Amino acid sequence: MTAPAIRLSGLKKNFGASEIIRGVDLDIHPGERHAIIGPNGAGKSTLFHLISARLPVSAGSIELKGESVVGLKPFEINRKGLSRSFQITNIFHNLSVFENLRCAVLWSLGYRYSFWHRLAGLADARLRADAVMEDIGLTRRRDTAAGILSYAEQRALEIGITIASGADVILLDEPTAGMSNTETEEAVALIRRVTEGKTLVMVEHDMGVVFGLADRISVLVYGKIIATDAPAAIRCNAAVQEAYLGTSLSHD
Amino acid sequence: MTSHVTEAVFRRGRLLLWGGCLAAAIALPLVFKSGFMLSLLCQMGIMVVFALSYNMLLGQTGLLSFGHAVYYGLGAFAAMHTLNLIGKDGGPLVVALLPLAGGLAGLLAGVVLGYVTTKKAGTTFAMISLGIGELVAACALMFPGFFGGEGGISGNRVVGKGDLLGFTWGPQVEMYGLIVAWVFVAAVAMFALTQTPLGRMANAVRDNPERAEFVGYDTQRVRYLMLILSGLFAGIAGGLTALNYEIVTAETLNAHTSGVVLLMTFVGGIGFFYGPIIGAILVTVMQIVIGGMTQAWLLYFGLFFLFMVLMAPGGIASVIAMQRNLWQAGLFGRMVPHYLAAAMPLLVLLTGLVGLIEMSYALLAGEGAGAGDTATLVMGMQLQLNTASPWLVALAVTASGMALTRWIGGRTGAAWNATLSTLHGDKS
Repeated sequence: MTAPAIRLSGLKKNFGASEIIRGVDLDIHPGERHAIIGPNGAGKSTLFHLISARLPVSAGSIELKGESVVGLKPFEINRKGLSRSFQITNIFHNLSVFENLRCAVLWSLGYRYSFWHRLAGLADARLRADAVMEDIGLTRRRDTAAGILSYAEQRALEIGITIASGADVILLDEPTAGMSNTETEEAVALIRRVTEGKTLVMVEHDMGVVFGLADRISVLVYGKIIATDAPAAIRCNAAVQEAYLGTSLSHD
Repeated sequence: MTSHVTEAVFRRGRLLLWGGCLAAAIALPLVFKSGFMLSLLCQMGIMVVFALSYNMLLGQTGLLSFGHAVYYGLGAFAAMHTLNLIGKDGGPLVVALLPLAGGLAGLLAGVVLGYVTTKKAGTTFAMISLGIGELVAACALMFPGFFGGEGGISGNRVVGKGDLLGFTWGPQVEMYGLIVAWVFVAAVAMFALTQTPLGRMANAVRDNPERAEFVGYDTQRVRYLMLILSGLFAGIAGGLTALNYEIVTAETLNAHTSGVVLLMTFVGGIGFFYGPIIGAILVTVMQIVIGGMTQAWLLYFGLFFLFMVLMAPGGIASVIAMQRNLWQAGLFGRMVPHYLAAAMPLLVLLTGLVGLIEMSYALLAGEGAGAGDTATLVMGMQLQLNTASPWLVALAVTASGMALTRWIGGRTGAAWNATLSTLHGDKS
């Protein structure tokens, strides 16, 4: 049996006296598409920040592919094959779309801190960046500065940067937030395409996206996971329905 | 496909530009033969390297340093000590390579000091760099053995008979040739660095350090490496200064020098590789030419800096880039009359202001209570400064200049905005 892609055990996070994550245990299988849902303030983004080491853990353990990653720096976790996107677009604003993607692939191709390679001569980096650019549909915006792209284009670039390095565990934080219906549909198709064969964990508010994309769903309420199951089972779960009282869990 | 074609064109244009600059640098002393001009050109070249090295931090990595003179100064002292060490035994070849000793010292200083300063970015980095700068400047006065105290240390760059192509580096024109060679090599190397993985990731760290961490880069390491390399080039500039002036004082590594390099880099434009080159040349000219004409030059420089920060925060390079955009869109011609119209009232305003400043300076610098009793030479005119008339005239010129600038400047601004919207309208 292979190790889970991510294993959280007894994970806790408190800011001063207030506990935000209150003991989370969760196994995410290799290759599954896992959604984390829950009401506002449940701690979904905080959970992502803990897994990706943006925030230090208060207690408990995080294993990535069977290896403890607690205490590592974000770049060290990234090098172990975990990549994440952000709820608030987090790109290199003054660099072009192409440069954004090329920056995202340099480390994984082994160029590290090189000042003896000429960027223009790195065919593998260029091809990889161009391929991702094609994937996310931004080829015609190749030389545009990322900062002046439209919102939907920036979101697509955000996903592109996240997957460009070829990491096999992908964390997406609200990838379709603030998008129109058509844009959301396109984004879902994009996510499905680029995370093929990878482990995907995502936080998402749009239930249509969640139930359409996820193999399994975890429901996080006040820092605890109250249920993890297949979408159909989650929809019928009494505890989940109670937590979501007054909100709709159906497609719309 | 198309992008490859444009890249090739860029590369050819770039080669032409570099070649043109080199040719101009070689031709200049043939045209301007005076010793004054030659030493001006030498100083320019040194400052170009220094400012470019500074922009590796400020423009490329987003690190605002208040202590960059430390690397420049230590490089200068190291080169001077090496020069004195090789003394009579060294040949001209060794002397020509001395800036490398400066560079090595700058690099080592970067390895040691940069380890502390680059732990953090942003304001913290700025503050630590200021602290380290003060620390090293204080050390310079505490250890007169190495730094030579108030008088500094001096040396003689002519140490051999001159068997490297017959050069002894004694005549200033030979020194100029050496500086041009070093400036060219250093500038090409610094440009090449911007085209490497480290150079690009420095930009990424500048734009968004958090994202850089999440694509696998240790931002601290990127800042550290960029600072070390920047120290190397600052040290080379310091080595050149030691050779050029044959004296190095503690002033080369103090806060004033750090401030000057910041100002020239900023005025030139930190967003473009060539910005600091323009800034270094311009500020050096101002420093030496205006500094030679009037004692008030720092005041003028301050006003000029203020004007640039308010009117063109991207520096001269950004103004040039903007005009080039207009030119390519065929809109430049539309703006020319407006530029000319705006220049007139600005000249009037400038004349009035300079008059007021110069008269104030002449009056304050005059000896004792009798100042202004006799006619004083101001701006080529004999003026009686204790009478009201020259002051009234200067005030009137200034006031009318201000009024005209407001009036015509408003129209120029409107024309500029209209042209800009046409430009962006054309693009989308």
